[in-house]
Amino acid sequence: MPQDLSYLKQTASQTAGPYVHIGLAPDRAGFDIFQNNFGHVLTKPETKGERIIIEGLVIDGTGTPMRDALVELWQANAAGKYNHPNDTQNKPIDPTFRGWGRSPCDFETGVYRFETIKPGAVMGRNGRVMAPHVSLWIVARGINIGLQTRAYFADEAQANAQDPVLNLIEQDKRRQTLIAPRSERDGVPLYRFDIVFQGDNETVFFDV
Amino acid sequence: MSELYQWDRAIQPPAFTPDYKTSVLRSPKAALLSLQNSFSEITGPVFNHNEIGALDNDLIRNYAHTGEPIGERIIVHGRVLDENGRPVPRTLIEFWQANAGGRYRHKKDTYLAPIDPNFGGCGRCLSDDNGYYFFRTIKPGPYPWRNYVNSWRPAHIHFSIFGSGFSQRLITQMYFEGDPLIKLCPIVKTIPDPDAVERLIAPLDLNASVPLDTLAYKFDIVLRGSRSTLFENRLEGN
Ligand SMILES: [Fe+3]
Repeated sequence: MPQDLSYLKQTASQTAGPYVHIGLAPDRAGFDIFQNNFGHVLTKPETKGERIIIEGLVIDGTGTPMRDALVELWQANAAGKYNHPNDTQNKPIDPTFRGWGRSPCDFETGVYRFETIKPGAVMGRNGRVMAPHVSLWIVARGINIGLQTRAYFADEAQANAQDPVLNLIEQDKRRQTLIAPRSERDGVPLYRFDIVFQGDNETVFFDV
Repeated sequence: MSELYQWDRAIQPPAFTPDYKTSVLRSPKAALLSLQNSFSEITGPVFNHNEIGALDNDLIRNYAHTGEPIGERIIVHGRVLDENGRPVPRTLIEFWQANAGGRYRHKKDTYLAPIDPNFGGCGRCLSDDNGYYFFRTIKPGPYPWRNYVNSWRPAHIHFSIFGSGFSQRLITQMYFEGDPLIKLCPIVKTIPDPDAVERLIAPLDLNASVPLDTLAYKFDIVLRGSRSTLFENRLEGN
């Protein structure tokens, strides 16, 4: 027998189940228990950057919105810097911007929504700049392990064309599933990003 | 911290597990795209003690209105570590559960067991500098669910843990030593490795209990570890 490597073993994931709101968004489960709830608004009045909304549906294999899903979002600030010590880029942190939000899907419409700012570009591997993007993590009943993907911005066509992650995706059609079209609502830029589990427009999910 | 070790797919459940029926329409059909880590994955949100209320980790008191909740009083405690055995300090841990009768405080839960007016069923805390955490609650009851006609969830507490990088994000469930429903549960059986199931079962920890007051269960959580920088790390590269 060779020596034991003695790493610990990962804890196995289990589904968040149908009552994930109780734990992660009790205000949305209809009861008031914490003074401070985590929500879908990432900005404060002083936060630097262009105000945007990112919203969409999480859609199951029959094309039906999953009204019980929960989405979390993680992104860099307007300068392209994550508010975390592991980001060693020489760029300013915005102290008013954590860069993280959580949105349960609406029980009626199924829409998840984040009010945030458009992130700047972040340096990727091997000195290749990544196009502006946000990371998303999706959990729900029926999802055994949280699914991770990225939303890119349609108005960044040039940066998207150079993005080292988008360029790993072989089929153009699949690459398009990660690019959110831009419109406007009440003067605020709105990016629509549906997360599709199966079928012709299945979203690219990452093992990352 | 640098890049994370990959998800251990011998331990982690696949997305498509037909015996857990809801997964059939809620699993991607295409293979996941393997991606090496960038800053987007090895960074993640930081939470502070001032965001957590004093009773947030005490489910016996954080929703008590007219008295204390019904049921077995328990402490759940343990450490959050990574695969290298290093503690994961100051990370946000959230937990939620059914009450002693197996009923959730949720409009979609229509099980006939009663709502407990003094039990909300959720809490949260930050691990300390050594990765240690604890909370106090009521032991949840098992409950029936619609998978097979006669499927029952073993008693369990749902856990959400962050780690320091967004790609360490984990949701899981803790089970209780000695529960005969564990080995029957289609959700438990989505995990391919029987040893990984055993590690989700918290043993009774009599030494950590409070005599004449509260029993204790111990539950350690292991998140993905990260590579030591033995060789030049090309994450930023040039
Ligand atoms: Fe449950």
